[in-house]
Amino acid sequence: MPSGTLLGQALISGVLAGGMYGLLALGLSLSWGLLRLVNLSHFALAFLAAYLTYELGTTYHVAPWWAAAMVVPVMLMIGLAQHWLFDRFKVNELASLLITFSFAVILEVAIQLYWTADYRRFETHYSTMSIKVGAFYIPVLELALCMVAGVLAWGTWLWLRKTYVGKALRAAAEDADIAAAYGVDHKKLAYLLSGMGAAYAAIAGTFIALIATLAPAQIWAWLGVVFAVVIIGRLGNPLGALLAGMLIGASESIAMAIFAPAWAPVVSFSVLIAILLWDPEWL
Amino acid sequence: MNHRMGAWRRRHVLGGFVGLAALGAPAIVRAAPSGAPVRVGGTLSLTGFLAQTAIIHKIAAEIMVEDINSRNGFIGRPVEYIMLDDQSKPDVARSLYEKLITVDKVDLIMGPYATAPILAAMGVAQRYGKVMIQSSMGIPHLQTYDMAFPATPFGPEPDKTYPNVILDAMASLPTPPKSMVIVTSKFPSAQFMAKGMRLEAEKRGVKVPLYLEYEAGNRDFGAIAARVKEANADFLWVGSLGLESNQLLEALRKLDYTPKTSFHLYPAPGPLALSPDGNLVWCSTFLEPDEPFMSRPGMKKIAELYKERATKANLPYAIIDAQAAGMVAAWQILEAGVNGAKSLEDKQIAAWLKKNVVTTVYGPTKFDGLYNHGEPAQLIRQVQDKKWKVVWPKQFVAPGVKLIAT
Repeated sequence: MPSGTLLGQALISGVLAGGMYGLLALGLSLSWGLLRLVNLSHFALAFLAAYLTYELGTTYHVAPWWAAAMVVPVMLMIGLAQHWLFDRFKVNELASLLITFSFAVILEVAIQLYWTADYRRFETHYSTMSIKVGAFYIPVLELALCMVAGVLAWGTWLWLRKTYVGKALRAAAEDADIAAAYGVDHKKLAYLLSGMGAAYAAIAGTFIALIATLAPAQIWAWLGVVFAVVIIGRLGNPLGALLAGMLIGASESIAMAIFAPAWAPVVSFSVLIAILLWDPEWL
Repeated sequence: MNHRMGAWRRRHVLGGFVGLAALGAPAIVRAAPSGAPVRVGGTLSLTGFLAQTAIIHKIAAEIMVEDINSRNGFIGRPVEYIMLDDQSKPDVARSLYEKLITVDKVDLIMGPYATAPILAAMGVAQRYGKVMIQSSMGIPHLQTYDMAFPATPFGPEPDKTYPNVILDAMASLPTPPKSMVIVTSKFPSAQFMAKGMRLEAEKRGVKVPLYLEYEAGNRDFGAIAARVKEANADFLWVGSLGLESNQLLEALRKLDYTPKTSFHLYPAPGPLALSPDGNLVWCSTFLEPDEPFMSRPGMKKIAELYKERATKANLPYAIIDAQAAGMVAAWQILEAGVNGAKSLEDKQIAAWLKKNVVTTVYGPTKFDGLYNHGEPAQLIRQVQDKKWKVVWPKQFVAPGVKLIAT
């Protein structure tokens, strides 16, 4: 039986890893839930942002936070351009899946052409820093990631519930025609949301550059688990996405600590199936 | 008429000069291959999850084709390498080899990179009776096709022989490790070696208190690191691929734990050597750009060319190592087979290879053992001053280098 220290450390590690799932799920959940667009290129945008952060950091010695300040507006513009295409060609939910998959493949190839398929690692002096609390160690970068994810999820949740724009977006997602009758310009709001989603991908990308290994094929490594997180967290619910990410991360990590690490990938989908069978009211 | 006659004369005079120049040219120019090219078809995983390493094989293959063509080609004819992208997918590799043989009608084939695409391609090679030389199949007993030949000296049973090389090196340390934690990817060739390591370690009295397998592409090493720390063994054996070793060592450092001594199976060599966590770690290899390997025929030139091409291709680690050398050896074997048999007939090439010793960058290579393998020559290298140095077995260690205990 694993010790309390091992379980506690695994729980911390899992919750913090779940922060990344939640951050990646945030933009995807908003676009799927409120625009009815399943944006698979979200992962590719996050990795493009990660590579740009890596390039700025390793070639030009730009600090990650400054890199993020540069990359986020670029991704926001890409998100807007992408939405212009969706709008221009009246892309529906199913078609968005195929089209954004194609975007992702094109971006993957473009990344590979420039940065090659080789592994890239953005080494920083703080990448392995930890804070010791009792018998446990809390990695600083992962903690920062979780805090940023928390602020974004909470802020977006409040924005959707408390502001006129947020309420209009939710109303348009419920029934675009009725919302339009009340003066809601759904098209303009959709651009705003698409830009936000891409900007969130950029923020996730900055942390991916600092925490994970970069390789073009890694774009697809997060797909399954983040989809599970989006569904468990409920579509269009930013706080739900973050909490679901932490739940999945913690479950995977505890499974690794008690059973075998090879069980981890099974966990996210087992949790998803269990919750779908349970069918709680909040889902 | 006179004008035409003048032109005719000029052409013949010029032709005569060209003929004289050709006769008087150095032997090397006259020996240049000529005629219809010998077309060699093959796939490499230029995209997908194996692309990181396959790019190394691509560079090595291109260098070798140029090198072979700068000599006598294949039986006096130039060599043309038709390389397709199998996308790291065995099913795509299988279809592409089928296409290369039946549609493109290549004369010969060259094996792909990595165990799964190699196995897929081998089935096709067997169906059409083609010789297949492969550079990177880490599970030799799966190579059951009689005309498949390994270029890398794993030996027929690396899961038994190589763990003992590691155990011998461990035993040579001032304080030999008595316990070992084994953490491995479920990638088939890594898992195969990890199981062998566990068995051989226990046979030799080294306790294995923890054996863990993780899925290839595992994202979070935090929980694994916590278990490794808790087990606190004398030696950590990691069946890693790519940057998994860096990730695990970083995760351990976040827990303020550094393994006493660690071994890494197939890591990305550059990032591990340059990482602050990589100092004095051990790793598997077959060759490093150092003595005695650099004295092998052609090795210096190939190493220089590889460095130049890999740098140009923007690879972060541009030093030749066992991955690139595997592909170099594969082409050296194919060249020796074709020119030795003086034929493009697959059966004759295979028969020649089985009877003869081929000199490759890995040294004299034979194919007379189980699964067409010769003697194993898997070695141990160690990061010393951010460079890889072969440290075991002793006969392969460069002067002035030794295994450093941690």
